[in-house]
Amino acid sequence: MSAESSHGSFIAGNLASSVSAHALQHQFADLEQQRESSTLGMWVFLITEVMFFGGMFAVYLINRALHPVAFLEASQHMLFWAGAVNTIVLICSSLFVALAVHAAQEGHRKQIVCFLLLALLLGLVFLGIKGYEYHGHWVEHKVPGPAFQFEGTDPIHSEVFFELYFVMTGFHALHMLIGVGLVAAIAWFAWRGHYTPAYHNAVDNVGLYWHFVDIIWIFLFPLLYLISHKHVP
Amino acid sequence: MATATQVVEKENYLNVNYGIKSWLLTTDHKRIGLLYLFTITMFFFLGGFFALLIRLELLTPSGDMVQTDIYNRLFTMHGIVMIFLFLIPSIPAVFGNFFIPMMIGARDMAFPKINLLSWYLLLGGGALILYSIVTGGTDTGWTFYAPFSTQYSNSQVIAAALGIFVAGFSSILTGLNFIVTIHRMRAPGLTWVRLPLFIWSNYATAIIQVLGTPVLAITLALVFLERVFHIGFFNAQLGGDPLLFQHLFWFYSHPAVYIMILPSMGVISEVIPCFARKRIFGYAFVAMSSIAIAVFGFLVWAHHMFVSGMSVYAALVFSLLSYAVAVPSAVKVFNWTATMYKGSIHLRTPMLYALGFIGLFTMGGMTGLFLACLGIDVHVTDTYFVVAHFHYIMVGGAVMGYMAALHFWWPKITGKMYSEVWGKVAAVIIFLGFNLTFFPLFVAGYMGMPRRYHVYAPEFQVLNVFSTAGASILGIGYLLPLIYLFWSLRYGKPAGDNPWSAAGLEWTAASPPPTHNFEETPVVTWEAYNYHELPDMPEEDAGVSRI
Amino acid sequence: MWQNLPLWPTEASTISRQVDGLYIALITVTGGVTLLVFATIVFFAIKYNHKRHPVAEAIEGSTPLEILWSAIPLGIFLLFFAWGASIYIFEAKPPRDAMEVYVVAKQWMWKFQYQTGQSEINTLHIPVNRPVRLTMISQDVIHSFYVPDMRVKADVLPGRYTTVWFQPVKAGNYHLFCAVYCGTNHSGMIGEVDVMEPADYEVWLQGGAGQGSMAATGQKLFQELGCINCHRSDEQGRGPNLQGVYGRPVLLDDGHTVMANDDYVRESIMVPGAKIVAGYKPVMPSFQGIVSEEQLLSLMAYVKSLSTPPPAEPAHKRNAAPPPAAGAAVR
Repeated sequence: MSAESSHGSFIAGNLASSVSAHALQHQFADLEQQRESSTLGMWVFLITEVMFFGGMFAVYLINRALHPVAFLEASQHMLFWAGAVNTIVLICSSLFVALAVHAAQEGHRKQIVCFLLLALLLGLVFLGIKGYEYHGHWVEHKVPGPAFQFEGTDPIHSEVFFELYFVMTGFHALHMLIGVGLVAAIAWFAWRGHYTPAYHNAVDNVGLYWHFVDIIWIFLFPLLYLISHKHVP
Repeated sequence: MATATQVVEKENYLNVNYGIKSWLLTTDHKRIGLLYLFTITMFFFLGGFFALLIRLELLTPSGDMVQTDIYNRLFTMHGIVMIFLFLIPSIPAVFGNFFIPMMIGARDMAFPKINLLSWYLLLGGGALILYSIVTGGTDTGWTFYAPFSTQYSNSQVIAAALGIFVAGFSSILTGLNFIVTIHRMRAPGLTWVRLPLFIWSNYATAIIQVLGTPVLAITLALVFLERVFHIGFFNAQLGGDPLLFQHLFWFYSHPAVYIMILPSMGVISEVIPCFARKRIFGYAFVAMSSIAIAVFGFLVWAHHMFVSGMSVYAALVFSLLSYAVAVPSAVKVFNWTATMYKGSIHLRTPMLYALGFIGLFTMGGMTGLFLACLGIDVHVTDTYFVVAHFHYIMVGGAVMGYMAALHFWWPKITGKMYSEVWGKVAAVIIFLGFNLTFFPLFVAGYMGMPRRYHVYAPEFQVLNVFSTAGASILGIGYLLPLIYLFWSLRYGKPAGDNPWSAAGLEWTAASPPPTHNFEETPVVTWEAYNYHELPDMPEEDAGVSRI
Repeated sequence: MWQNLPLWPTEASTISRQVDGLYIALITVTGGVTLLVFATIVFFAIKYNHKRHPVAEAIEGSTPLEILWSAIPLGIFLLFFAWGASIYIFEAKPPRDAMEVYVVAKQWMWKFQYQTGQSEINTLHIPVNRPVRLTMISQDVIHSFYVPDMRVKADVLPGRYTTVWFQPVKAGNYHLFCAVYCGTNHSGMIGEVDVMEPADYEVWLQGGAGQGSMAATGQKLFQELGCINCHRSDEQGRGPNLQGVYGRPVLLDDGHTVMANDDYVRESIMVPGAKIVAGYKPVMPSFQGIVSEEQLLSLMAYVKSLSTPPPAEPAHKRNAAPPPAAGAAVR
């Protein structure tokens, strides 16, 4: 609840400025200060996200250092192609977001919307593939809990790998979902002509957020999928 | 001297509009500060009520007042409510929100709507925690150690953990707002080295809030997942490690204590110069010490774990760093004291609280040196020595700083003066009551009385009786301001813009200030604490006090 | 009979006096500085009261003074750090000839197992003037073994052994407290350390175990649970021969070497897949849920007893390294 609403309100704050012909919010002296403040705010927010995911990465690193074999064997059950395709998908989506930002700088309203929708579409593709993977894990008894089954050297610690897998990709997917919502929102406002080359800070900030979520995945993919070059077919 | 006319009150942030919606949907940082004031005062008295019950139970060695399960929930909920719902928000959310924009010559915070959201998040988290209380409470201690919290405790762990999780986002957003506001919204001419030290302290606090609280969030999320889905990060039988929980938990919770004390230190840095009528001694050092505390504070968390089974080498490193983090605090104490040298001291209520803070914080900080000392810590950790230490810092330090802020800025917030006599009486009662409550606990701790004990060995009783006696005095001391401050709202003398003749942009605005704070954005060409350029502090009401 | 002074715990162990000495020194120094600060504040508040001193003097600061009052406290702190660290390090190194007692903590009692075979609840019987080392584990949540008069404390964890040692110098009964909150009856999880004169201790020893030493119990379990089928002493088994293993390095299949200490033995039984000895297959089943912590301790005592003969026996499939210097590290 709180993560979404903090995202949403943040954007509302950004959007409000863009809604009626660059209305300057009353607390700011000029648009420049408003832009710099909202950008700094997004960066600070992303730093908090780094710390949030950082905790999970720390748990991962400690457990992997202590139980390398268990993690290697567990990672072999990851669907390599799904992870690889998802990585390409996210990188392309970030490209589209960057192109959308550029279009906003140039003032090409239709282009902004197109690129944002493409990014959004790819985000949904990512989530779809993730859902497919989760389903596969469920069917193969790789979801931690009473139904978990694992043949390996150290099944107890391989289960820890899967716990981390679901927690880390789960929180990542949650952030993707929020990102999809944000991209949809600014696509709507872009369609309505609220962004100009002079002021399009909302597009920049949502772009920052999207790139951040992408970067988290860039770390997750090798840590979760690429421990071993072998994968279980 | 400005006097409020009885007939037409000037428009200010309080009377600009009325109605519950104008408060619940406000984006005015001053109104939000008052919303927080109301909320955390409620939580303070709730936490204090639990403390009262604890101290009553501990009058006798046997558990004869409440059942053991209830007692365990009492100390847990006392800790959770006091830390997450009172101390962490306290000064930043009330006085930081109210005065940071004014001190930097801004009209509001950078993100006023997020500011309001922060308050609602605190309410939301508080509501969840209240829910956990009324449905039985949790008994894990505020520290939630695994595997007791994740597997064995038969209590409302999930509701309490969720409540803290939500309240944590309130803290993060407040910190975020402060950082952006201080960076980007300072008035022209207001360079960093011209900022009041209250700003420096809140800035350092905000950095900790932003960097540390997310780690608490993920830790609580993992506890939640472990408890609900029985996964095993902290469960040895499932391949996890209970010590991992402790590292993750304390990585936030140690910096959290600096969230709780740094703002108070900032208040003291405002009050002492005003009531000594001179610039703070060593401005740059005091400013930098706040940053140093914030940075070093992140490097010492495992000093809570010296007997936990962690490696000896790690313990050595953390002990050394824990001593290092004490140095900037000592620097502050010396600078505050030196500020009084050749000053012109007015011992008014805010100053009494500030001096009380210095005394009690020094004692609390010194006892921290005992805990940083490995050989001693082995004996006194998990005993009442630790309980006494952190109450000296949190109550003797942070709460005294909060009271100093309340009494210093009350005239600006409300436009009214409170009774100086009652102010002084309450300050003295609080100081004496506090020492009687907590000093005996150092002795009990060294004697070996463990903490979180419902039933204790009989030889500890005398010390506990002293402590409970002190607690009742302390309780009276806290009730007094509730009464005379409320009374002042109706019957207090009008304060005027600057009753203390204090430096700082907030004192150039009216009392109470208008919604937009300043008619025109000030342009700052002077250094902070320019007391040599300011008129003398007006005398107190004649016949009221001779101090 | 309780021998506690009303305001100070008894100095009952070799370390008590050292800790107290450090404590008093720290009180003296910090108390002195605190009183100095208080006195200065009171003095300034009086001398520079606005009635007496109406005009404040504008003073910016003094960098030399700042350096002085940063460096001197830091120096004093480093002193106390070093002093405290030396005690802590001393406490981390049990003497080689320390008497071993095993502790299993559970909600809400202390179970003591002695090598000679006795087991007791909540009372630890030890002779005066001999160092005792406790190897401890919890059956459930984290507890903490705290004897104030001995000035020692160590958390007791589930899944992993922790140790604490002390040498009592004075006969008597001393409080044992659980010092980490562990649930409802945390404050009831208390006991007694009964330090006995040698004669009394002998009497107590005689009155003891009908069931034989821990190692003997462990050997019986080793057979009953079928361990002996794979861990054969003729090197033909599917598992390594355990003669001489305890206390020596073990080469694992991934090239790493670990010390075969208490935690290693326990993990090998409970989570055998975690570390595979070089040259063996991961076929050992887990005994989690099958053996209790007390049984694990007996098994460990048995495995330890297999290392007591001098390492003249040929070592197969392990590094023939000399025994480690100060006994197996168990922290």
